[in-house]
Amino acid sequence: MPKPKVAFYWCASCGGCEETVVDLAEDILGVVEKVDIVLWPVAMDFKYKDLEAMPDKSIVATLLNGAIRSTEQEEMAHLLRRKSRYVIAYGACAHLGGIAGLANQFPREQILKFNYEDAPSVVNEQKTRPQLSFAHNGHNPTLPALHHVVRALDQVVDVDYYVPGCPPTPKITSAAVTALLENRLPPKGSVIAPDIALCDECPRKASKPTNVSFTHFKRPHQMLMDPEKCFLAQGVVCMGPSTRSGCEAACTCGGMPCTGCFGPTSRVRDQGLKIMSSLCANVAPKEEADINKVLEGIPDPVGTFYRYGLAKSLVRRKVTLPVK
Amino acid sequence: MEQAVKDTFNQGSARANAAYQMGRRRFTVDPITRLEGHGKIDIYLDEKGDVERAYLQVPELRGFEVFSLGRPAEDMPQITSRICGVCPTAHHMASTKCLDDLYQTPPTAPGRKIRELVYNTFMLEDHALHVFVLGGPDFIVGPEAPPAERNIVGVIGKVGLEAGKKVIATRRRLRDLIAYFGGKVVHPVLGLPGGVSKALDPAELPKFKELAKDGVEFAEWTLQVFKDIVLKNSDYVKLITSDAYTHKTCYMGMVDEQNKVNFYDGKLRVVDCDGKEIYKFTAQEYRDFVAEHVEPWSYMKFTFLKPRGWKGFTEGPDTSIYSVAPLARLNASDGMATPKAQAACDEFYKTLGGKPVHHTLANHWARIVEMVQAAETMEKLLNDPEITSQEVRRVPTNVPKEGIGVVEAPRGTLFHHYRTDERGCITMANLIVATANNAARIAMSVERAAKGLIKGGQVTEGLLNKVEMAFRAYDPCLGCATHSLPGHLPLLVKIYDRHRHLLQELRQG
Repeated sequence: MPKPKVAFYWCASCGGCEETVVDLAEDILGVVEKVDIVLWPVAMDFKYKDLEAMPDKSIVATLLNGAIRSTEQEEMAHLLRRKSRYVIAYGACAHLGGIAGLANQFPREQILKFNYEDAPSVVNEQKTRPQLSFAHNGHNPTLPALHHVVRALDQVVDVDYYVPGCPPTPKITSAAVTALLENRLPPKGSVIAPDIALCDECPRKASKPTNVSFTHFKRPHQMLMDPEKCFLAQGVVCMGPSTRSGCEAACTCGGMPCTGCFGPTSRVRDQGLKIMSSLCANVAPKEEADINKVLEGIPDPVGTFYRYGLAKSLVRRKVTLPVK
Repeated sequence: MEQAVKDTFNQGSARANAAYQMGRRRFTVDPITRLEGHGKIDIYLDEKGDVERAYLQVPELRGFEVFSLGRPAEDMPQITSRICGVCPTAHHMASTKCLDDLYQTPPTAPGRKIRELVYNTFMLEDHALHVFVLGGPDFIVGPEAPPAERNIVGVIGKVGLEAGKKVIATRRRLRDLIAYFGGKVVHPVLGLPGGVSKALDPAELPKFKELAKDGVEFAEWTLQVFKDIVLKNSDYVKLITSDAYTHKTCYMGMVDEQNKVNFYDGKLRVVDCDGKEIYKFTAQEYRDFVAEHVEPWSYMKFTFLKPRGWKGFTEGPDTSIYSVAPLARLNASDGMATPKAQAACDEFYKTLGGKPVHHTLANHWARIVEMVQAAETMEKLLNDPEITSQEVRRVPTNVPKEGIGVVEAPRGTLFHHYRTDERGCITMANLIVATANNAARIAMSVERAAKGLIKGGQVTEGLLNKVEMAFRAYDPCLGCATHSLPGHLPLLVKIYDRHRHLLQELRQG
């Protein structure tokens, strides 16, 4: 029997997801033996035309990481969708839009102006900007236009499964690949990770207060944090209660609160709203001025509650941004 | 959620998507957009069919500086690490040092030692990744080998499965150390102004000491593999020292008080193409010495030495172009900070004809010399009794205003510069990343390789790989350079004749 064909591909991503696949370490050799990797740009050389020539649905699964923010990425997503039986959104960017999705708060012109004119190290009296088409000595190098909005993979193509995390852990990656190879797949649309809040696997769980009441919020650098006590009990915002488990509480074990990269559980549509409603319901003061004082401890609600999920959230992007 | 609510939401979402697509379609007619996410080289030939000009272009920009605005500064080490998942620890650490400066709160001594331990461990594992997985296969498997073999699997074929397992296992243990302190290895979380978030449990110390000892042995073994496979092959040595891969530029690198290579902290030293020191400055002075030039044909900016002014893509004694990364660090220093690395460095210069070495491909060797220093430094730090102190952080009390932090990333000098309001929320973030410092020299290397290989309109079969080798040696990360793309560089080369008709198109990755 021929080995099942598997593709890895990346769109707007940082390469961290690819590193995680490499971090399967010795296990990767086992995976390589069991499957035929037909596309993996980071580690192996392949040609796009080979991919285009493959029959539709001949790839068993494509693990695609990164958000979608360019035409080329969109086209590749459609091509891989056509060639694959299963498309798996791998990592927070494909799953939720990721940190790059925070750019959905800012117009393109602001990015270009800062980068090429206002940055303190730029010397550019002519105010030169990269040009989409630039004629020089009869040469005409061209550049693609930049787009405004970052999207999660399922805002572009149909997605069968999601592997969450920024990046996913080797362990859940291995579990997902094994489930795939052994054909033990959950219902379509599932996020392949435990469907329970992070607190469940956090070693600080025992000290999580059942009845929390916030008189202030402290930012992580403003205090020496207790290495064993629940962050919320210390007045530090932690995304744990509204975030899916599966990372083995990596960040809280590293002494810092969860920032929500695994996204919500299946019962929650909007991760940021969920934690906001939970935190706000427990703010102790009842007068507006006093409430505002407490909320000063959260100076950037979008970055705090939608760090990875802005593109996929109900908020999605700044309303004044052009839709293109 | 109720099924009916879900359905309504999904329908709304689908409509929004459809509207979005409609709006978008009008703007994506340009066929060039196919190239986004790729490195792109446009080569123009003259009437004889020789290369007149080659443009290495980076066609994307993500804009981290702008979407950092308004974020609490203490989130920056975690946000900016997402610029690159290959070198997240470099961004994380530069950002954390920037926070120290912003709050005028230096780390406690044990806090600093943990940062240095994590950082040197990262340098060792990241360099090992390049040597065995990313750029090294060009040499270990061979530049003429078919692309399908020039990868980690080919490396294992060449050095043997046991050796391959050793590489993988050692990297895993090194990365476990980073994950111990950082929570996770890709996008760690340990950095806070004034120190780190986690101390070392003394019970874990023996395991890490063992790792450091093995790390030194691993680095020395890597050096031996390089000598056996590359230096004993005269064709490879000829390739390394050939004109096609040589550029006389300035070099920048961070040095300690004895002018020895330091990855984590120190002053920045610049030498000219004769190896003579021309500038030495602190991170806070970077704007007096480093500036960025904009070309209309690439989203990547080109960094140059500000006192000399932008003089174009030129080399020689007056050039304002400088290079960073392993070779540059060795050239810009008076040697390595640890004994075994110093011995390796001496052999490096003795073999290649003295300081400075201008051969781009010598970066591969210099990278391994640095692996030795990183491993020896790990060992030294883990034998320091203070490494298990629990006093790893002090709480900043100053009002923040402006901070600058610099580290040597594996791929070269990395600057983070933030201004904040009095709450510590970002009002300005400027990043100059390793590959941007190398951008001008990389562009020159690509043009040189193209000129050397294309004659009379004849495009050599191995053009793509030879050109790619010219910049793979820098271990370039265009993802870092534009804060946009992933670490690897898929490449498209277009060659135009003198009538500007497309002659040939080559694509890789």
